[in-house]
Amino acid sequence: MTGRTPQRTSRRRFLNNLILHFRPTTVPAATLPLTVSWGLGGMAAILVLTQMVTGSLLNFIYEPVPSLAYPSILIIHDDIVFGKLVRNLHHWGANLLVIVAGLHMLRVIFTAAFYAPRHVTWYLGLGLMALVLGANFSGYLLPYDQLAYWAVTICTGMLDYIPWLGPYLKALIMAGEEIGPAALKLFHTVHTTVVPALFLFLMTYHFWRIRKAGGLVVPKQPEDPPTGTPLRVPTVPNLIVREMAMTAVILAVLLVLAVFFDAPLGEPANPGLSPNPTKAPWYFAGLQELLLHFPPVLAVTVIPFLAGLLLLALPFASQPNEAASIWFGTRPDRIAAGAAAIGGVIVTLLWVFLNEYFRTEGWHASGIHRVFSGEIAFGLGLAGLAGFFFILRRRVDLSRHGAFQAVLMLLTSVFLTLTIIGAGFRGAGMRLTWPGG
Amino acid sequence: MKKRKKNPAGGKRPKQIAAPEAPTQTPGDIQPSRRRFLNRIWLILAAIGVVEFGVMLIHFFRPRKPQAGLPEAKTRITVGRISDFRPGSVTAYPQGRFYLVCLEDGGFMALSRQCTHLGCTVPWDAENQQFACPCHASVFDITGGVINAPAPRPLDRFPVTIENEWVHVDFGQRIRRGQFRDDQVVYAKNDNE
Repeated sequence: MTGRTPQRTSRRRFLNNLILHFRPTTVPAATLPLTVSWGLGGMAAILVLTQMVTGSLLNFIYEPVPSLAYPSILIIHDDIVFGKLVRNLHHWGANLLVIVAGLHMLRVIFTAAFYAPRHVTWYLGLGLMALVLGANFSGYLLPYDQLAYWAVTICTGMLDYIPWLGPYLKALIMAGEEIGPAALKLFHTVHTTVVPALFLFLMTYHFWRIRKAGGLVVPKQPEDPPTGTPLRVPTVPNLIVREMAMTAVILAVLLVLAVFFDAPLGEPANPGLSPNPTKAPWYFAGLQELLLHFPPVLAVTVIPFLAGLLLLALPFASQPNEAASIWFGTRPDRIAAGAAAIGGVIVTLLWVFLNEYFRTEGWHASGIHRVFSGEIAFGLGLAGLAGFFFILRRRVDLSRHGAFQAVLMLLTSVFLTLTIIGAGFRGAGMRLTWPGG
Repeated sequence: MKKRKKNPAGGKRPKQIAAPEAPTQTPGDIQPSRRRFLNRIWLILAAIGVVEFGVMLIHFFRPRKPQAGLPEAKTRITVGRISDFRPGSVTAYPQGRFYLVCLEDGGFMALSRQCTHLGCTVPWDAENQQFACPCHASVFDITGGVINAPAPRPLDRFPVTIENEWVHVDFGQRIRRGQFRDDQVVYAKNDNE
């Protein structure tokens, strides 16, 4: 027994050495608690890696040709041992990745972790978020069933509404007039070569920037004195054990989903028959929902453009001195953000229901619908946001940072509500219904 | 690993003797100008490389023209004789992805089956004499004009030609239009013309 100890310690030393080649030797102790980061970034990274493993396996069987794509999915389902499980893992991993990456982004926004020197990390993260959506969307077509075919058709149809550029973008992505062999080939190639390569590049760069910034933001309450160098503890075992626990949790969630819920597979794609309703993938359902309420130029060009600009501009907002990495900074901030979240849900629901009412009453005949669904509604919305910010600043006496975060919370809440309505509560003819009804 | 242990300086290599720096040390404008020139040539070459790569990329992503000889290369098809089509009828051509419309006055139009909203396939509803999109409830009349939004413009059309009683459609040339106009309808030539 005693003879094995030096061997074990040398193995341990080798492992530590390996780990410390891509992790720092020490990390700030204050960044370790779960509530600082919820381990979301790490979970996203683990999901990307599992996607690469399951995706590579599927790619050995899959045939990126319209006549063979759907049958090859059936082969994966019926002829390959664990084939269906691997496809389910890939499907649920992709959807979880959108959710986890989205939550990670919200965490960074609402703990104000995007300021310099972390602004580069933030931009790389935005790139990764776009890549996650791109990966999901490019993979969506591959089963080549009715669901895939028509969801991708209407998403590229949305591109058509972008002034000037739209038709060219659509032609580029669809590689022709309709989705067919060329489009499937393009989507498959992007999904299996461009997307993984970009993931590896952006992820390593993202991690390196986190390390350059000295790890995560050290949480600091406004009343805390300015500290010098924070207390650091060894990465092994403090950080590694926590990361392994989060890995186990996310893999367990993924496995449970994959074992108990099958990835959808509809009828084979039929370009001559559009299903009713035809909906975008759920992560684009908010955008499609906007299209029901706004003129196309606003819904698919102006609003996404402004939202993107807002995200890009975040690091330029003035950095708060009072708090760091605390959710919404102070207690009044938290209350304002909570009110914004609830208010956003209520306003959005009211707005959607009123619009539905005017639509069923023949909304094109009346002028009143413009107040709720036209450029005027857009102007009112912007004015409402500005008014909300003003009230928080002047009446409630919130800090600029706090008021800004409350506005961001309001936007997030509206967007999430629209996404949930669009993905779950729209039925035939895009009317409001209960899910499954 | 073993080599590292032998080296007490934390694995770092012993410092190399600095290369003679005399050439770069020469003051100002005589020597470095040649170096600058050569460096600039490298930069220009790199820029040319980037441009070439860009051009290559564009060509790779261009929609490909179908090769001559393949069935899909032929986009102009003969759909039938004028007498085959009843006035007020709509005939679907799935392989060309269009409808041949014969209006009540005997005029012909070839309409795309793609909804102008988000590109769903629009079926013909013969009972109500309209195209009704199943996806988002757009409705078009028999000439492709919008009856019900959200479709923003009439159904795209394809050029129709009539030669010697035969009707031809070129479904390779999609034509967008803002509204219906009489000159979009093609009639059989009268004898007196």
